[in-house]
Amino acid sequence: MLSPWPEGFGIRLPAALKACADVGIKRFGDSNVAVETDNNTERINGSEMIIRCLAELGVDVIFGYPGGAVLPIYDAIFKQNKIRHILVRHEQGALHAAEGYARSTGRVGVVLVTSGPGATNSVTGLADALMDSIPLVCLTGQVPTHMIGNDAFQEADTIGITRPCTKHNYLVKTVEDLPRIIHEAFYIASAGRPGPVVVDLPKDVVMADGDYQEGAYAVVTAHRSYRPQTAPDEAAVDAAMDLIINAERPIFYSGGGIINSGPAASEALTRFVRGTGYPITNTLMGLGGYPASDPQFLGMLGMHGTYEANMAMAECDVMIALGARFDDRITGRLADFSKGSKKIQVDIDPSSINKNVPVDIAIIGDVGKTLESMLAKWPKQAGGKSGKSGNSGALEEWWRRIEAWRARDCLHFKQQGDIIKPQYALQRLYELTKDRDVYFTTEVGQHQMWAAQFLKFEEPNRWMTSGGLGTMGYGFPAAMGVQVAHPDALVIDVAGEASLMMNIQELSTMMQHRLPVKTFILNNEYMGMVRQWQELFHGGRYSESYMDSLPDFVKLAEAFGANGLRVNKPEEVDDAIRAMIETPGPFIADIRIDKTENVYPMIPGGAAHYEMKLGPDHGELEEKVEDGMVLV
Amino acid sequence: MTDAIERHTISLLVDNEPGVLARVVGLFSGRGYNIDSLTVAEVESGAALSRINLVTSGPSMIVEQIKAQLDRLVPVHTVSDLTEEGPHVERELALIKVIASGEPRVESLRIADIFRAHVVDSENDSFVFEMTGKPAKVNAFIRLMEPLGLAEVSRTGVVALLRGKTSI
Repeated sequence: MLSPWPEGFGIRLPAALKACADVGIKRFGDSNVAVETDNNTERINGSEMIIRCLAELGVDVIFGYPGGAVLPIYDAIFKQNKIRHILVRHEQGALHAAEGYARSTGRVGVVLVTSGPGATNSVTGLADALMDSIPLVCLTGQVPTHMIGNDAFQEADTIGITRPCTKHNYLVKTVEDLPRIIHEAFYIASAGRPGPVVVDLPKDVVMADGDYQEGAYAVVTAHRSYRPQTAPDEAAVDAAMDLIINAERPIFYSGGGIINSGPAASEALTRFVRGTGYPITNTLMGLGGYPASDPQFLGMLGMHGTYEANMAMAECDVMIALGARFDDRITGRLADFSKGSKKIQVDIDPSSINKNVPVDIAIIGDVGKTLESMLAKWPKQAGGKSGKSGNSGALEEWWRRIEAWRARDCLHFKQQGDIIKPQYALQRLYELTKDRDVYFTTEVGQHQMWAAQFLKFEEPNRWMTSGGLGTMGYGFPAAMGVQVAHPDALVIDVAGEASLMMNIQELSTMMQHRLPVKTFILNNEYMGMVRQWQELFHGGRYSESYMDSLPDFVKLAEAFGANGLRVNKPEEVDDAIRAMIETPGPFIADIRIDKTENVYPMIPGGAAHYEMKLGPDHGELEEKVEDGMVLV
Repeated sequence: MTDAIERHTISLLVDNEPGVLARVVGLFSGRGYNIDSLTVAEVESGAALSRINLVTSGPSMIVEQIKAQLDRLVPVHTVSDLTEEGPHVERELALIKVIASGEPRVESLRIADIFRAHVVDSENDSFVFEMTGKPAKVNAFIRLMEPLGLAEVSRTGVVALLRGKTSI
């Protein structure tokens, strides 16, 4: 469905399709593309096999950029109409767009790039997807097999380069292996802990003819070696339930695994947490896994999480980690992390268990399935803030302590005077969009942390951010991918001006493919998080963190054929947001914010997670320390 | 939880395909784990599977992490920590060149006899000994050869199997 854009906003029919229609070329939607032989086997070339496999796997869109080594595949794309191709402006954009598509749908994102620079430009996106467990299949072109190793034009050792930044990768050496590998790549990308998979495709392989049998390559049940455990060990669940039921100061700590497990896991989590009456906090990647408006939700935890969430983690007696991996941004100084608690960890990836923090009970399995099992084992008469369990007194006392931490109002800020506070801008953005079908992405830095603090997510798959790798330039193309998957939704990239500059070229893609992404820049002319750390840990020496000569973002939007608006005053913010939402097509709202605002609360680098610094409005943070300098 | 450094012998069954060794070695270098020794060869007649034996050392939490990370690699079928699974046999083959004449040459031959090392190459003033044994035995032999004209050593690294009827 097309968005209601003004006339003259580019082509309405995908160009390839129109060209097909014009010259009468057969597409896969048509019959007899290939010669059929006896046992359903067809003789087609490798490129057509790829498209057929992708269609069989339910792929409806590819993000890509053509080049010499993948020309045969682009030829096959031209001759079909089942799969849409989004032509990006830089391969990194294709990867992040596929991540946004995957994260907002739960499906595998698909990328097609050429050999050499196409593949190397993909590396950041692959590493990002690996860190955040996003299922991707990235098809890379490669020079013909007989030229591999000869330093051919646009040759790179893609398998070698991407080995440490993919879940797995394949070099396809013969056309006979091709369909099996494509199907296997999708299985590996999505099974167990999801991740990116590269399939490297030499040009002679995708040009060679081979036998293809429709429906014969699906990885149905048992892969020969990769079979992640999804059903939890019930004895371990029983042991965990014993701790959970008898807990006096419990806390749920859930992460991106809840999102990856699917909406049913969020639903099970919500029922279970409400059934117990226990508090819950989410990681940055886990936001939306539990409804933010629920009173049992303590907000995000970690370096810029809420005071109450971090204090509850520090003081709890039973911690239930669900699809969360005890990242250093969560734990602060490891030796002082929640020393008095028994820890239960549920994760589908055994290598996430006991990696940073030793746990008392490890449950390996799908977190959604585990939560269903826990729900079934939760005694009906126990729990609840109403106090039906034997620990009701203790639980009430625990909530009293949490409410006292909450009363510190750690996210408090004052919007006064003529300068826009970033928190205020985000608060208004949330208020004016919360009743809509809205998705948010972010770049990386201060704006990302403020967005995590001030936007509230009631359901999963609505929040796309680069958590593990911290990739500036992620949010803009990711929003593009989200918009492709949800053409009628409102998709907003909360951006910093420095991050936005890293992938701004994708605005051209948005124009071509009619993707009305809204960009909300919190513009302080600094790499704000770098500036904040320089202020706090490097004696205010602002080395190379100020950006002189930034573009006029409104004119920049206009140069691409989009619209934009700049505001400097708090009273203009609401109108800017409304204009951004209501103007058809991509829109850049350049919100000029307080240049010196810092993100608080904060666990300074190297500090324990209970040593949070609240903001200047709380009368804290007089001293500037240099202890945290060594840590990132 | 202890920080004491433990030595573990781990055997893997992996798909016999290009790059599988790079995946294993890259995992160790990328995550900063130790490899004390590594052997790899195909072990099935159809050449479908290879066996990698590796010896690593680290605190128990790191060793557990190494095993979990290895098991996560797609072409890895089995990860077996022989050190934990029970009694096992470890052997290593070494070729040791000693250049000497006169009494040291005779002495090296006598010691080789004690260690059941074979002479696989001989010239007037040199021997190449071949011996198999536990790494400690190989180390001891090499140490004894040092004053006698030890010139060069080539070792395979450890191969290992569980004792008795158990297989990995």
